[in-house]
Amino acid sequence: MPLTRDELLRYSRHLILPDVALAGQERIKAARVLLVGAGGLGSPAALYLAAAGVGTLGLVDFDVVDMTNLQRQVLHGTSQVGRPKLESARDRIADMNPHVNVETYETRLTSANALDIMATYDIIVDGTDNFATRYLTNDACVMLGKPNVYGSIFRFEGQASVFATADGPCYRCLFPSPPPPELVPSCAEGGVLGVLPGLVGTIQATETLKLILGAGEPLVGRLLLIDAMQMRFHTVQVSRDPECPACGTREITSLIDYDAYCGVPGVTPEHTREPGDVTPKELAEMRATRDDFTLLDVREPYEWQIARIDGAELIPLGTLPAAMSSLDRTREIVVYCRSGKRSADAARQLRVAGFRVFNLAGGILRWSEDVDPDVPQY
Amino acid sequence: MTVTVLLFASYADVLGRGSLSLDLASGATVRDALREIQSMPGAERLPMQPLVAVNERYARVDRVLADGDALAVIPPVAGG
Repeated sequence: MPLTRDELLRYSRHLILPDVALAGQERIKAARVLLVGAGGLGSPAALYLAAAGVGTLGLVDFDVVDMTNLQRQVLHGTSQVGRPKLESARDRIADMNPHVNVETYETRLTSANALDIMATYDIIVDGTDNFATRYLTNDACVMLGKPNVYGSIFRFEGQASVFATADGPCYRCLFPSPPPPELVPSCAEGGVLGVLPGLVGTIQATETLKLILGAGEPLVGRLLLIDAMQMRFHTVQVSRDPECPACGTREITSLIDYDAYCGVPGVTPEHTREPGDVTPKELAEMRATRDDFTLLDVREPYEWQIARIDGAELIPLGTLPAAMSSLDRTREIVVYCRSGKRSADAARQLRVAGFRVFNLAGGILRWSEDVDPDVPQY
Repeated sequence: MTVTVLLFASYADVLGRGSLSLDLASGATVRDALREIQSMPGAERLPMQPLVAVNERYARVDRVLADGDALAVIPPVAGG
């Protein structure tokens, strides 16, 4: 795809690189890259791919910019809080590089739409934040024969690789099945260093450009492990698993229900009511009228320092099994955490041990929304 | 023989450290090393068959270990 005068000037530092040059830049312009997720990883990936001149960037996201996103999602600014991420992204990319054509899909990627959305793109960049969409993205990439430029993050650590190429392994070769949902903290639950998705997302952008150019040695058959705290990078050699149901035996011939596969409940826990839940309003009523129950906070001590419900006792989830013997078995227990997910796990454990337990639906976040706005949200 | 174990992300969190060394009988396999690790406090949350690399190369559980080997135990992470 020929370059205009403006583009020749804009990309001059690429054009003088022997490995890119005019032919390479034209390939970059002709490329179509789909970013699944316009969050922590998608932000730096989108910005650098746009700056580099990728002709068409597709973006899949259904979220609205939130104040807590800004610490790491550099595609979105303070003025964009409350706007759909895709609108914010479109404006930012247009300002960064008006030569980029942005195609947006304001939806969750699902088994029903994934193949259609991905079909017209050359490369898929996985910047999602949950296992269900990662398995979906992987399986769809394998079925369509499109490379999956993978990145993921947790606290101070990240992973990156290039999956589903003609000879390399896919995500399932490494991780054949998802971990049980109660062992999976999200960024919201587990925290993440803001710069970390920058580190990993720019690695994804780099790999994407190398694939477009056919240059260098992409992370095919290698899993890069990034530890920002120690600032150590490990590379693990991995190869295709002949038994892999996606890319090995090819047993997976159609997309499945990935939420069910990963054990994700149908709706977000904040707004559903499970048996054994109490709502914040019900808890407020209980506190006003009764003193025969124990309020148990199963978060971590640093979260307790940020916000707590008065009268609660702190027993972090990890120490609960050991602390159970000190709990009064004659009293009912109400457990809470930040959003209601960890406390649901705690409630299960306590029920198995014979306690009568209720879980605060939506956690301290919904307590702050519905009952006590003086309790800060984090 | 002694092997070094590197733990990543949530696995380091549940065991409270990022690395440890194991004394194993000669002829021990990756499976033996994992059993050893899984008997440590906190490790009941580790999956039965995590992704393991020996000397930076993917390894199956029946892989026989040698003195000085470095094991990496790698969790899936999903954040983005």
